Amino acid sequence: MRLASGQGALGESPDLLVPAFGAAVDYVVCDSLAESTTSTLAIDRRRDEALGYAPDLAARLSIALPFVAEQGTRLITNAGGVNPVAAHQLAVAAARDAGFRGLRIGLVCAETERPPDALGCEVYLGAEGVVRALADGADVVITGRVADAALFLAPIVFEHGWSWTDWDRLAAGVVVGHLLECSNQVAGGNYSGDWWNTVDLTRVGMPVAEVAADGSAVITKSAGTSGRVSFDTVREQLLYEVHDPSAYVTPDVVAAFDAVVLEQIGADRVRVTGARGAPRPATLKGLVFEHGGWAGECALTYAWPDAAAKGRHVLRNLRAVAAERKLPVLEWYEELFGVDGFGGPTVDVAVGDPPEVTARLAWRTADAETAQSVLQLVGLVALSGPPGLQGIGRSRKGHPLSELVTLTPFFLDHDAVEVHVHVEEV
Amino acid sequence: MRCQLRNVCGVRSGDKGDVSDISLFADDRATYDALVTQVTADEVAAHFGALVRGRVERYLVPNVLALKFVMHDALGGGVTMSLRSDTQGKTLGLSLLRMWIDLPDDIILSRRSFDASP
Repeated sequence: MRLASGQGALGESPDLLVPAFGAAVDYVVCDSLAESTTSTLAIDRRRDEALGYAPDLAARLSIALPFVAEQGTRLITNAGGVNPVAAHQLAVAAARDAGFRGLRIGLVCAETERPPDALGCEVYLGAEGVVRALADGADVVITGRVADAALFLAPIVFEHGWSWTDWDRLAAGVVVGHLLECSNQVAGGNYSGDWWNTVDLTRVGMPVAEVAADGSAVITKSAGTSGRVSFDTVREQLLYEVHDPSAYVTPDVVAAFDAVVLEQIGADRVRVTGARGAPRPATLKGLVFEHGGWAGECALTYAWPDAAAKGRHVLRNLRAVAAERKLPVLEWYEELFGVDGFGGPTVDVAVGDPPEVTARLAWRTADAETAQSVLQLVGLVALSGPPGLQGIGRSRKGHPLSELVTLTPFFLDHDAVEVHVHVEEV
Repeated sequence: MRCQLRNVCGVRSGDKGDVSDISLFADDRATYDALVTQVTADEVAAHFGALVRGRVERYLVPNVLALKFVMHDALGGGVTMSLRSDTQGKTLGLSLLRMWIDLPDDIILSRRSFDASP
């Protein structure tokens, strides 16, 4: 069976669904969710109970549904975010309005009890609910916080009829899911090697996996598209964010990524074998999302000469004024872009006197009013500060305050989480 | 000969909460062995200094000639709390490539950024 990634993050262009559906695959799987996007969607839902799903869902469906209806490729997405029920209703309405009668739109979700005052509470579900929806004939599956790799594991388990205790095969499916879940990061995107030979954003495709019944797989991509599928690009994604490579914990299986064998078997074709699995963990992981205060920021770009010194001086002054006015700032963070903004103490190159430096100041406060009061202070620098400033006007418009969110993990027995599956025919 | 990791290694970084997760890749067994000896968890912690406040764990992944560094309390609170521009530490892997190690000359001269550049 063949499956393609259709999305690796919220904000990725919906247009990439076209090459994904165009890659002669049985399934297109879209991953919208991460810790950051889930908390953003939880904030959306606090504002309006009808929200909390990916805001680009309608745009994605308008591209995807004609492919689903006309070529029979199934779509699986976690764009339901923290409100999969609303997302499912939207998808049913979109299919109906577009006249795709007979299409079956599935919903997979679990109810979790949100602690009082929390923004959200999400359990990372395994693949089983999505498999049930596929077995019930769903052409489109809408869900929320199913673990990223499990979204991809589900159609593989369904197509090959794997057992839920066939740990090595489940691990092989998780490896494939993990490789595809970040879109082109497996196929040359964010590759740390010779990007200049591979990246062409005018012809971006999407990565594809061909998965055999024994769990062996080939990662590939369509001819003529940007990127590269090689031992190097695939191994970078294999280990991405897995922490202990000998025991990558997912809801369905604990997978040993350090047993995986990658072999380049052709141009843009890498064979993936050897994954080993151990029984799934006794519990499912969840995250509680809670309000964590506010952040504000400004970015001031100074011109040569002495741009770094100007930036440092002004940031020091702004903090002094905030202290003088007794503004209760809980944390400050300073960065000098053009000097060591990203690298901090790792930067060992002498930069001399750079042509320009962007001095960024960020602050964390308990309440929005204080964060706003600090932002107002930035107005001091325009006409009273050092010479050669650019960027203040745009930065004040372009950087509104942001709400911070704390994440607290918790664990639940599998039995304590009931997964609901509902498939509706349009 | 001394060389910077950027000339002989690939890298990718990611995050979970306030944990930064960096994978460092060698192109051959000799380079991998040198990384295992020289790029220790302690050296990596020292390299990042104040950017990483917690402990650094290292895992060896010889099947893909990689070393994995899991760095705790490393992102200023994690993506949903951090005041940094790079809330997810996506650039920290590249910052690791600034580290210097000793390698035989023939390995260095056959590698990565000496081949070509943009």
